[in-house]
Amino acid sequence: MSTIGNAFAPVRDAFDSIGDAFHRMNQWQKYSFYAIVIIALYLAPFWTDIPVIGPIVDTPGTQFSTVLNDQVIIFVLVALGLNVVVGLAGLLDLGYVGFYAVGAYVTAILTSAHGNLPWLLSLPIAVVVSMLFGVILGAPTLRLRGDYLAIVTLGFGEIIRLTAKNMDWLGASRGISNIKKPPSIFGLKFGVIDPKPYYYLGLTLVLIVVFVLHRIEYSRVGRAWVAIREDEDAAELMGVHTFKFKLWAFTIGAAVGGLAGVHYAGKVGFINPDNFPLQLSILFLAAVVLGGSGNMYGAILGGVLVAYVPERLRNFADKRVFVFGVVLVLMMVFRPEGILPKRVGDEHKKRQRSSQNEEVAQ
Amino acid sequence: MPDWLIIRTFWDLTVTGLALGSIYALVALGYTLVYGVLRLINFAHSEIFMVGTFGSLLASSQFLNIPLLEDGNYPYRAGMTLIFFLVVILIIAMVFSGISAVLLERVAYRPLRGNGDSIGAVALAFLTAFIVSLIFIDDTQVNVIISLVLTAPIAYSYLRIFKRGRKAPRLAFLISAIGASTAIAEAVGVWGTHGRDQYQTARILEKKTVFNLFGTDVRIDYVIVIVGALLMMTALTLFVNKTRLGRGVRAVAQDAETSRILGVNVDMIIIVTFALGGVMAGGAAMLFTLVYDQTRFNIGFILGVKSFTAAVLGGIGNLKGALLGGLVLGLVENYGSAIFGGQWKDVIAFTVLLVVLMFRPTGLLGESLGKARV
Repeated sequence: MSTIGNAFAPVRDAFDSIGDAFHRMNQWQKYSFYAIVIIALYLAPFWTDIPVIGPIVDTPGTQFSTVLNDQVIIFVLVALGLNVVVGLAGLLDLGYVGFYAVGAYVTAILTSAHGNLPWLLSLPIAVVVSMLFGVILGAPTLRLRGDYLAIVTLGFGEIIRLTAKNMDWLGASRGISNIKKPPSIFGLKFGVIDPKPYYYLGLTLVLIVVFVLHRIEYSRVGRAWVAIREDEDAAELMGVHTFKFKLWAFTIGAAVGGLAGVHYAGKVGFINPDNFPLQLSILFLAAVVLGGSGNMYGAILGGVLVAYVPERLRNFADKRVFVFGVVLVLMMVFRPEGILPKRVGDEHKKRQRSSQNEEVAQ
Repeated sequence: MPDWLIIRTFWDLTVTGLALGSIYALVALGYTLVYGVLRLINFAHSEIFMVGTFGSLLASSQFLNIPLLEDGNYPYRAGMTLIFFLVVILIIAMVFSGISAVLLERVAYRPLRGNGDSIGAVALAFLTAFIVSLIFIDDTQVNVIISLVLTAPIAYSYLRIFKRGRKAPRLAFLISAIGASTAIAEAVGVWGTHGRDQYQTARILEKKTVFNLFGTDVRIDYVIVIVGALLMMTALTLFVNKTRLGRGVRAVAQDAETSRILGVNVDMIIIVTFALGGVMAGGAAMLFTLVYDQTRFNIGFILGVKSFTAAVLGGIGNLKGALLGGLVLGLVENYGSAIFGGQWKDVIAFTVLLVVLMFRPTGLLGESLGKARV
């Protein structure tokens, strides 16, 4: 073992013991833990008012709750969706920004450019359209080998952006303005100045997505995805209909990406093709890979880091794409599994470690 | 005949398409070579091309001291001076691209194969220290000094980690490539003298018409591009087919493990492969600046994706396929933009890729992986 490996050992053990303590809790303790976390998250816009922590978390230059919504929520949503495609099913999608753009554009078209629907009604339509795009892209390309898929999806992301830029019906490079805001409920007014209601809405969306994806991950579909990721041929031999499940992964990923786009369009009220550059796809991928692809909580952590860190450390602002490029290389060299690796590997490792300990004891 | 744009300008489009296609083909060779040997899409190859264009920019503006404009006119040269200048620019662009391709392999790919060496460790250590120092200070010079000081100890521990020889999964290579590509392009965009703006390169070649093809004037620069690309490709094919090192490249492409057993220095061959691809990209970069007189930090990206498209189109791993794919893509793109309008150019290229992969997943001439066909 190297010096670095040993240096991280206590950290790893600390994480393990937290995990063990969590697993030892009974049902009610777990639920109350979740409740506390969720309440704390809903109160996040007020974290800056806490005496000691406040100044540490606050972002210079931008209002903290704006960062929370416009950056963190969007990145977390997208990372959750991309994690299904990249992390669970093992399909490298470099054009994920395409689905995000589809979601935003459908909302913009329906509520402003070519329709007068309320935002809330455009949401399910946009999600369904995004899923359709997932099928349109996935059906012909998912038979390709992994690295071809990467290039094709990358082309898809560019096609979406260039189409939006070149078609007058889609607002061309001017974009679409006056997109409708979400409806006001529970006394929350979705205005222009206060970002808090959008944050509450976004957090609610994130929690719903987390819940749904969690259920899917531990269902037959989720197990099929992991089987495909680990060994596609073996999965096929064991009777997993790989093409069908890969297409499902693509579609569900696209739905979440589209949802993020809808939320984004509702908040900013104005979109144009330059909001969806290809670099964004790279940042999305960086979020998933950095946090730990295959682990939903890892993806969330990655999304938070990629969105929040450049805002907190403004030095990074214009260099953040460079920094994340280098971080991707470093991650792949030293820790390809991300900060929070996926569970399967983790438990496997723990078992290995405990069996080693037993050998030592004997 | 109807008076369509495509018919009126058909031969014009053909000439420019072939010139553009030759540039695609040269860059595609890099993708195809590396894919053949490592089964890896060298995503950062596009940035190798970009570095090459900056190499030729530096060669003409710094090394040869050619100004952008001389007395208000382009600094045209003629005769032997012109040829000498072009050759010098070509060689410098090739050296830039070749060296950066080899460095890229050392830093971003070799450690993942489980045999990282000191060059990779030092470069990664420097980058680590640089990024960490960015958190605290934002003054490039200070950052560099701090990182240089910290490089040695970090590199030492990185080398210790490399010694474990852990091999990364396949997906990790591609992600590392994407990271490297982004980092190289952004580094030029952030720290280049013009930042993210365009750079003009000196126009030393007077773009005269040399002959007339079916009523279309063919300019000298297009002729140079097409002939130059063909020459470089012939040289590469001869190298791969006739020399000892070329035989090594073919052997490793067929079966890396067996050739290692039979005494081929696989790591050496991989370096040669990257260097060959880099040199070709450098040549392409010089020809590109000759025609377009400009470059930018993100110029490689679209061109790289299209060149990869060309490689896939012709059949990846297949050197002739790269040429055919490049030319076909250049022509299709030009004809397509005459029909649908120039703004759809990139969309046409990507759509062609999608359609070809759908109906012929191994490309027009067929993949050539693990076969003795080159």
